[in-house]
Amino acid sequence: MTWKRKDLLSMQDLEAGEIRDVLDTAESMKEIATREIKKVPTLRGKTVVNLFYESSTRTRTSFEIAGKWLSADVINFSASGSSAEKGESLLDTAKNIEAMSPDVVVVRHKASGAPAMLARNLRCAVVNAGDGAHEHPTQALLDLLTIREKKGHLEGLNVTIVGDVAHSRVARSDIHGMKTMGITVTVAGPPTLIPAACQELGVKVSHRLEEAIAHADVIMMLRLQHERMTAGFIPSLREYSRVWGLSPDKLKHCRSDVLIMHPGPVNRGVELSPEVADGPYSVILDQVTNGVAVRMAVLYLLAGSKGA
Amino acid sequence: MSVAYREKAQVLDEGALDRALTRIAHEIVEQAGGVKDIALVGIKTRGVTLGQRIAAKIAAIEGGQKPAVGALDITLYRDDLGLKAEQPVVRGTEIPFPIKGRTVVLVDDVLFTGRTIRAALDALMDLGRPRVIRLAVLVDRGHRELPIRPDYIGKNLPTSRRETVAVLLREHDGTDRVVIQEPAEREEGEPQPKARRANMESPSERSEEGEPQPKARRANMDSPPERSEG
Repeated sequence: MTWKRKDLLSMQDLEAGEIRDVLDTAESMKEIATREIKKVPTLRGKTVVNLFYESSTRTRTSFEIAGKWLSADVINFSASGSSAEKGESLLDTAKNIEAMSPDVVVVRHKASGAPAMLARNLRCAVVNAGDGAHEHPTQALLDLLTIREKKGHLEGLNVTIVGDVAHSRVARSDIHGMKTMGITVTVAGPPTLIPAACQELGVKVSHRLEEAIAHADVIMMLRLQHERMTAGFIPSLREYSRVWGLSPDKLKHCRSDVLIMHPGPVNRGVELSPEVADGPYSVILDQVTNGVAVRMAVLYLLAGSKGA
Repeated sequence: MSVAYREKAQVLDEGALDRALTRIAHEIVEQAGGVKDIALVGIKTRGVTLGQRIAAKIAAIEGGQKPAVGALDITLYRDDLGLKAEQPVVRGTEIPFPIKGRTVVLVDDVLFTGRTIRAALDALMDLGRPRVIRLAVLVDRGHRELPIRPDYIGKNLPTSRRETVAVLLREHDGTDRVVIQEPAEREEGEPQPKARRANMESPSERSEEGEPQPKARRANMDSPPERSEG
């Protein structure tokens, strides 16, 4: 076990050994989900606070279930209906929560770097559950777990990430994690949604979907993030869907053992046609199941060690 | 912690270890009156190997009827989580059969403080309600900290707390034997003795398989609540 960190802030920081630790631990945690009584006493007496300044279904629920299955007390805090609405700053809110002695704070915030700022100021462990367009490390870890589970290994695989890379913290975390694990990553999308400096992360860039997915072992479709698009990145949703959406006829050009992934929530009919989202290649729901296991692993590694 | 250990005495050789397991297998069958409803659950890692060997012996005794063997990881049930600098590795439990209503024989290599067995009992109960749980250990080295007592014992071994008992098995260590080890201390007028073997694993961790060096899982005296000492 090489895990020594107080916080989990980004995939960029993690070394291959650390990623392997989390994935191995998560794999062992999966057995708990198959039990009749889904609870182990591991984090009894520990408190996990979900501090969510942005909306979330999967991630927050998944952290909550993960904490509860490990017997931690999980408290949910969302910005609406809290004193954040009265103008309390993030740090003040966090300091107040810290005064109630939590062991782990899971934070999602629209500002990149918000979790890192909290990590520097709080004694407890901090988990980044998504910060702006920066990173979403637990999503990348659950993606890696799903790929490893289905393909048996990570090194040498080809993964193509399609769509709104510019606004995607998932893409950024995935790219860092996958590169670390020896995966070849290609990003594909309209030029307006692919950052100019993308190649610096060591990925290939393609502007033609058919070419980008032809040899892929895994296709990761990203959600078109309407809420972060202020203006004019794509001509229209319909055109985007026709050119960049994954439909059954485009899948004909793919490998027969390709995996289709999506971090959710899916814009059905935009980046994924319903036939593909629910089709045989789709492992979208496996990703959700693995999300709980990965978050159990992260909480175990962070909350259980000394000083947490 | 990097205390070096040196071998003090060999307690069981290959033949004696095998005979001890044969006797345990006979005792299990005799007490249960057959193989029916018996399930062996080994505590990871070496307890699982011993469980498989005992199951094979029971099959030989009972004309091929082999009891089910499961593997139990007690990490999530430890009582010392958060007391250690590093989190112990979670290895996963694999018990692919219902234990409800069965006679479950827990198998471990060394019984020491009893804390591992406490954790194993809790872990088992979370998986179902066995009719009865019994405990088989290859070595009982004493120094219990909990009211726990084995039903089948390969060897009673009086030890001092500062010693460790290493169970070496062919599958993990390339050899079958049980040895007592003691800390290698510096003697007067001598240069610091070379460690026979650095302490390759934290005493709290189950050793991993497939490593080149033979590793002994030790029951170490320095920190009684830790895993390997149960």
